[in-house]
Amino acid sequence: MKIHEYQAIELFKKAGIPVVPGQIATELDEAVQVAEKMGFPVVLKAQVLVGGRGKAGGVKVVKDKQELKKVFPQIRNLKIKGYRVERILIVPTVKIKKEFYLAITIDYAKSDVVVIASSAGGVDIEETAKLHPEQIHKFYLDGKKEIDSQRWNPFIKAAFPETSQQNQISKVFQNLLTLFFQYDCSLAEINPFVIDEKGHPCALDAKINFDDNALFRHPEIQALADTKFEDPDETEAKQHGLSFVKMDGKVGCIVNGAGLAMATMDVIKLLGGEPANFLDVGGSSNPEKVLNAQKIILKNSNVKVILINIFGGITRCDDIANGIIAAQKELKIPVPLVVRLTGTNEKEAKAILAQNKINTYPSMREVVKKAVELAK
Amino acid sequence: MSILINQNTRVLVQGITGRDGSFHTERMLEYGTKVVAGVTPGKGGQEIFGVPVFNTVAEAKEKTKANTAVIYVPAKFAKDAILEDIKAGIDLIICITEGVPTLDMVEAKATLKNTRTRFIGPNCPGLISPGKCKVGIMPGHIHKPGPVGVISRSGTLTYEVVYNLTLNNLGQSSCVGLGGDPIIGMRFVDALELFNSDPETKGIVLVGEIGGGDEQLAAEYIKVNVKKPIVSFIAGKTAPEGKRMGHAGAIISSGDTTAAAKIKVLTDAGVTIVDFPDEIPTALKQRLK
Repeated sequence: MKIHEYQAIELFKKAGIPVVPGQIATELDEAVQVAEKMGFPVVLKAQVLVGGRGKAGGVKVVKDKQELKKVFPQIRNLKIKGYRVERILIVPTVKIKKEFYLAITIDYAKSDVVVIASSAGGVDIEETAKLHPEQIHKFYLDGKKEIDSQRWNPFIKAAFPETSQQNQISKVFQNLLTLFFQYDCSLAEINPFVIDEKGHPCALDAKINFDDNALFRHPEIQALADTKFEDPDETEAKQHGLSFVKMDGKVGCIVNGAGLAMATMDVIKLLGGEPANFLDVGGSSNPEKVLNAQKIILKNSNVKVILINIFGGITRCDDIANGIIAAQKELKIPVPLVVRLTGTNEKEAKAILAQNKINTYPSMREVVKKAVELAK
Repeated sequence: MSILINQNTRVLVQGITGRDGSFHTERMLEYGTKVVAGVTPGKGGQEIFGVPVFNTVAEAKEKTKANTAVIYVPAKFAKDAILEDIKAGIDLIICITEGVPTLDMVEAKATLKNTRTRFIGPNCPGLISPGKCKVGIMPGHIHKPGPVGVISRSGTLTYEVVYNLTLNNLGQSSCVGLGGDPIIGMRFVDALELFNSDPETKGIVLVGEIGGGDEQLAAEYIKVNVKKPIVSFIAGKTAPEGKRMGHAGAIISSGDTTAAAKIKVLTDAGVTIVDFPDEIPTALKQRLK
């Protein structure tokens, strides 16, 4: 889960990380008030949960009220990667002496938490990693939740040349690390972290991502979710215990298991069709889930055929068949349906479907072939 | 032969009194697995399908000589279950549970270091050595003893692959489901190493998917160490970038996590790549000639 910059700044503040005191505005009047109180020039920063806002024109410095009146509505009317800007963060400008990149994340390949620091801040860190890997410094926690100071000292000295910076930044990392473990973060990033002309340290940006699997122990974080940035169908699917991703094609699919669902999409494409979605009904699927899956797929008017591919393990094929029949009764499905069921309770399932005159196909290849043909 | 589990494996089920735990205990017993103990704190003294239930892993291990633990407990209790197994000195832990918090896995994996305990999962179907022992949730009847080792990051896609192998008279030595999470215990390389040194495994099927870099590491390992023929299917060629495809680990986050990138490195390492899962048996027979 992602949160907005202004929300992350609040968490930073609580954790004792120095930030620029900013304020959110949604309307121009509000923005004028905030900016006049703060004193021009100010920075306007669009609050969106997608990357690339700077390139899209979502971050601008305004020098006076007149310019604010011109620029604020421009940003407010922006659509960044399809998402409308609803809130704008207003912050005072900072005279920067030095910029850094600071982050804590999880290195999945090493199964460890890693602290990343670079004296090349304010720029695309992935670009730096490619062009100047020597400027990126990493410190692994070794499965611990605290910094081992013996290993830390050489790391911080290598990353930051000045002694005063070393102390300031070590303190920030200590606090950032506490926050990281406290809330089960997957990323806590400050880019840039700056030292201003008076020598004060300060986070000029704040980005925090959380581990979805751990949200159950952080209801206060879950409450920060901005669902406007999720696809409404994906959100609805999630509520029904389904995993769903919308695509551009015509073949709607319902599959059990993520790997088989991806493979089904790949086979659709190989046989000349295009999948309309990824949908995993999960294990131990009850008839209700299959019904809801069909409802969500049918919201997409591009769908010309529904393909159901099930390999029963914990999932019982007869449960799936009952879900198919329930959907037929309740939904008046306007497109053809093709089904392949193998595994647990396959015979019972096929009997149920045969009674209701629904054809089944013996293999994944054959059912996909038929679906692609019907979608043409 | 087989890897990791066989007819002598003594299984302990954590969460045996739960819905999933009891259901799959019955299926494992039907298959012939020696399920010797169950553990549910506070429910010691009961019996489930004739299997004695204990309060702790240590007690269960002492009384029943269990050496392999399978975990069906809810995600929030999974870490404690794993740590309890490691402390008790269990040889092999298989965690079926889906949705385990990532930092819990970081802690568990750090605890595993410098122990002789092996760990598989989480979010996995488990493993099976056909005809000998099944520890997990896969349908037993689609398997058949034979010379093919199967390694996969997926559940039902593995069933699809195994089903096709069995239909084409290619039995399996062992099938290992590694799990769909970004942080897992055994990875492709670990399983490849075991299959490579198992004399009865003649060929290997590797089922990969988008996300992470484990297929790349597997390719490097194969290039240097594996002479046995390997056939692979990589799922997610049509997956869009930046979207999590069901598995927490199945997400294209950069160029080298795409199916195309994985297919390229595996091909370079001498692995035969197939486009359709049902092409695996023919391709493998060709390579086994």
